[in-house]
Amino acid sequence: MSSLTMTDEQISATRAKVIQPVWVRVMHWTNAVAMILMILSGWQIYNASPLFGFSFPREYTLGGWLGGGLLWHFAAMWLLMVNGLAYLVTGFATGRFRKKLLPITPSGVLHDVRAALTFKLGHDDLTVYNYVQRLLYAGIIVVGVLIVLSGLSMWKPVQLYYLVMLFGDYPTARYVHFFCMAAICAFLVIHVLLALLVPKSLRAMIIGR
Amino acid sequence: MAKRSFLIPGVDKRLLIKDSLKTMPDLTRRRFIAGGASLGALTLLTGCDVVDSSSAEEMLKSVSKFNDAVQAFIFNPDALAPTFPESAITKPFPFNAYYDLDDAPDVDGDDWKLEVRGLVDNKKSWTLKELYQLPQVTQITRHICVEGWSAIGSWTGTPLRDFLRLIGADTRAKYVWFQCADKDGYNSPLDMRTALHPQTQMTFKYANEILPRAYGFPMKIRVPTKLGFKNPKYVVSMEVTNDYKGGYWEDQGYNSFSGS
Repeated sequence: MSSLTMTDEQISATRAKVIQPVWVRVMHWTNAVAMILMILSGWQIYNASPLFGFSFPREYTLGGWLGGGLLWHFAAMWLLMVNGLAYLVTGFATGRFRKKLLPITPSGVLHDVRAALTFKLGHDDLTVYNYVQRLLYAGIIVVGVLIVLSGLSMWKPVQLYYLVMLFGDYPTARYVHFFCMAAICAFLVIHVLLALLVPKSLRAMIIGR
Repeated sequence: MAKRSFLIPGVDKRLLIKDSLKTMPDLTRRRFIAGGASLGALTLLTGCDVVDSSSAEEMLKSVSKFNDAVQAFIFNPDALAPTFPESAITKPFPFNAYYDLDDAPDVDGDDWKLEVRGLVDNKKSWTLKELYQLPQVTQITRHICVEGWSAIGSWTGTPLRDFLRLIGADTRAKYVWFQCADKDGYNSPLDMRTALHPQTQMTFKYANEILPRAYGFPMKIRVPTKLGFKNPKYVVSMEVTNDYKGGYWEDQGYNSFSGS
């Protein structure tokens, strides 16, 4: 029977091994789906009136035409916002942000960037984020907040006028929204690449340990 | 290689084509489905077919209706669209439609009459001369297109709410529905609370000049709290009604409230 029963120490040892708690995993993957829907439908909307001298390839857009893209964008936004808000509240309330992402010191970031570029940055303990990770994860949360705020300003420029004022005016909010998307895409590329290079981090985000 | 015939003997070719056309989705549905086909990447990523197009469409339609309700809820009838100095006006102000300027309605101002229908006390039609007699105000506001671009313009005309009072409209009705002279029959419903917004205007002038053909002569409805497509041009009639009668773009999938 000993194999079926656990002592208190064993239980706490098992718990300690959990790298990503279940709420982080659920919200991470929900966010992943919402984010991809938002990006692909956002590209469709961008194509209707491009800000720069290029359009996104049709195969990487969602909705078929502007109207379809808008329907997807304004549906997926609820998933993104509700999930994102729950993530922020839980992250602050549980102290996870403080424990995992702070402190971020310039010397620490500099040291870890150098180590990363010379392939000397270890990932032995996945429960502790290095300074590059802390900076990127904290930074992408800020970008996430900015893209939602600039998006809301474009959606309701009269009703949420004070939000538009935060960015200057409506056209500026559009540019902010675009550059936040670009930052998220850049993050996504690095993030996915590193997750594939360190597969146990991907495993931790799926099964928790 | 011999040519293979796919025709079945005894079947009328024309009837066959007619029947097969019936099973094809209409144009708006085709647009959605074309979009669904480009979703291979998403299907791969999520491992599930999110683009089973008819159920996805139904879901998107329900969310759009939900968004109508959310927007009606957060719509503040006293919140004014920001106004700008004359120096901020976009020059030239863009002409925008689903057709070229050459195909824009060329309305004869002397023949034109604004028809008034539905839940109103006085259903008399209005000539342009009569409408020009009504008190007018000017607003310099930002026009925001559903496509994302925006432009600042100067519009002069009569507040719609003053006109609705003048004709004894039942302002408890849900919509004011506009019919336009555009080809293919443009129309658009406006919710009553927005119709009664102080900045919603029956516009007769652009930049202090009689509204040019490009911007909707003889009358446009300027609604700075809505996206551009809910600012109908070349208006020929308005109907005060409780029925949702749809609209040119609304029926194709643009969100119906589309408030700013």
